[in-house]
Amino acid sequence: MTEFLSFFKTLTPTGYLFLFLTVLTLFSAIGVVTARNPIYSVLALIATFFCLSGHYVLLNAQFLAAVNIIVYAGAIMVLFLFTIMFLNLRKEDEESKTNLTKMASVVVGGLLMIMLITIFRAKSAQVPTVSATSFSAKTGLVENLGQLLYSDYILPFELASVLFLVAMVGAVMLGKREAGDRHF
Amino acid sequence: MDLTVLLVKGIIILVIFGITLLIATYSTYAERKVAAFLQDRLGPNRAGPWGLLQPIADAGKMFFKEDFIPSQASKWLFILGPCLAMLTALMSSAVIPFGDSIRFDNYSIPVQGIEINIGVLYIFGVVSLGVYGIMVGGWASNNKFSLLGAIRAASQNISYEIALGLSMIAILMMTGSLSVRAIVDQQASFFEWNIFTQPLGFVIFLTCAFAECNRTPFDLPECETELVGGYHTEYSSMKLGFYLFAEYINMFVSSAFVSALYFGGFHYPFMNEVGSALERSMGAITGHNIATAIGFVVFFGKIFFFIFFFMWVRWTLPRFRYDQLMNLGWKTLIPLSILNVVITGAGLLYNFKYATWAIVIVMVLMVIVSGARAPKREAIPQQV
Repeated sequence: MTEFLSFFKTLTPTGYLFLFLTVLTLFSAIGVVTARNPIYSVLALIATFFCLSGHYVLLNAQFLAAVNIIVYAGAIMVLFLFTIMFLNLRKEDEESKTNLTKMASVVVGGLLMIMLITIFRAKSAQVPTVSATSFSAKTGLVENLGQLLYSDYILPFELASVLFLVAMVGAVMLGKREAGDRHF
Repeated sequence: MDLTVLLVKGIIILVIFGITLLIATYSTYAERKVAAFLQDRLGPNRAGPWGLLQPIADAGKMFFKEDFIPSQASKWLFILGPCLAMLTALMSSAVIPFGDSIRFDNYSIPVQGIEINIGVLYIFGVVSLGVYGIMVGGWASNNKFSLLGAIRAASQNISYEIALGLSMIAILMMTGSLSVRAIVDQQASFFEWNIFTQPLGFVIFLTCAFAECNRTPFDLPECETELVGGYHTEYSSMKLGFYLFAEYINMFVSSAFVSALYFGGFHYPFMNEVGSALERSMGAITGHNIATAIGFVVFFGKIFFFIFFFMWVRWTLPRFRYDQLMNLGWKTLIPLSILNVVITGAGLLYNFKYATWAIVIVMVLMVIVSGARAPKREAIPQQV
C-alpha cells in the first residue's frame, strides 16, 4: 500500500492525466462490448476514440489526435450510428447468442489475449526509456510527420492511397444500379 | 508561463466566450429584424427600445416552459443531445485569431483562445462532431420524424464535409501551414486575401458552411413541411432553446472562420500605415494596442457582414429538395473542389497565385455560351 502511495506521489501532472485517461479509455472500451443497446455501444466507442486522441495529445502528436477525431469520431462513427439507426435493433436478437457462438467467442478472445500478452512481453517489443539527449518534443508535429511520410515511408503511403482508390471504385461498383435492377 | 500572462489569457478566453454568447443572443433578434425588413414588416418592437430586450424575453419564456421528456424516449440521451450540440458549437471558436496581439511591459499576447499548429484541423474536427448532438437527440426522441431529421442531418453533414475539406486544402496549399494565425498573417496585403486568390474555393466553402450549419437553403433536417419539426420535434423548453442557440453560435463561428480564411481576418487595407502612425503618435505599446483594437473591430465587422449574409440568404432562397441537395454536394461541389485543388497546385508550381481564376472564367464563359445557344422563348400572349 505504501509503495502504491509513493508511486502516486512521484507522478507528474502528465502522469496523472495519463492514468485518468487510461481508466476512462478502459471503461468506455468495456462499455462498447457490454452495452445491450447497439446505439450505446457506438457512443461508448466514440468516447474511446476521444480518449485515444487524448493519449495522442499527451504524446505530443497533435496531428494524429486531430485526424483520429476527424476520421474516426467524425466520419466513420457517424456512418455507424446512421446504419444502426436505420436497422432499429431495439429488440434482442437471440438467434446469434447460442452456446456454441459464446464458446467460440471465448476461445477466440482468449487466444487473442494470450497472443497480445506474449507480444508485449517479448524483449524486442519493449518500449525504450526516454533519454534526455536524443528526445525531441517536435517529433509528432505535422511538419516532421509530413517529412517522414514523403521520404522514408513514401512507398507504404502511396500503396495505402491505391488501396483507398480500389475500395472507392469497389463501393461505386456495388452501389451502381444496372439497367434492369429493381428501383427502390 | 507567467502568472500575468496566464491571467490575461484567461480573460481573453472568457471575453471570447462571452462575446460568442452575446452575438448568438442578438443574432436571434437580428434574424427577426432582417426577416421583417425583407418581408416589409416591423419585426419585434415591444420589449424595450426597438425591441432590444426581445432575446431576453425569449430566453425567459424558454426557461419557464414545461420541460417535457417523452415517456418512451431514452432519457439520458435525450438530455445529452442538446448538451452535445451546445458543447461542440462553443468549442470551435477557441483557435480563431480575433486580433493581432496585446502588448504590455515585455509581454506580447495574441488575441486568441489558444494557438496550436493544427488549428484548421481542430475546427474541422469539432465541426464534424456537431452532427452528434442532432443525431443523438433525434434518435433518443423515439419519434419517426425526429429520426428522419437526424438521419438527414447526418448524411448532409458527411456529404458536404468532403467538399469543405477539399476547398480548405487549397488554402492550406497556399499557406503551407495548418495554423489559422499563419493563414491570416499570409493575407497581410489586400490583393493577397484568399478571396482574390481562391474565388471558387470561397464559393464552395461558403455553400458547405451553410450546409454544415443546417441553415436554409440546406435546413432539411428541420424541414417543417415534411418532418413536422425535424430532429427537435419532441423537444421543449430550454433543451429546444439550446438547439436553436447552438445554430446561431455555429453561424457566428462559421462567419468568423470564413472571414479568417478568405477575408484576411483582422487585416484591412493600409493596416501597416495606420499601425505605424499610431505607434509614432502614441508610443510603441499604446499605439500597438490601439491598432490591435482597430483590427479586432474590423474583424467583427466582417463577421457581422457574414451573419447578415446568412440571414439574407435564409429569407431569400427556398429550400432545396433532397435529391437536389445530394446532387449539388456529390456531383458538383466535390468534383469542382478537386479541380480547384489541382489547378491551385499547378499554379503554385509556377509561383502564380491567381490560377483558379481560370476555372471561374471558363465557367462564366460556359454559362454565357449555353445561355446564348438556348432556344429563345417567345412570350406567348395571354389568350382571352
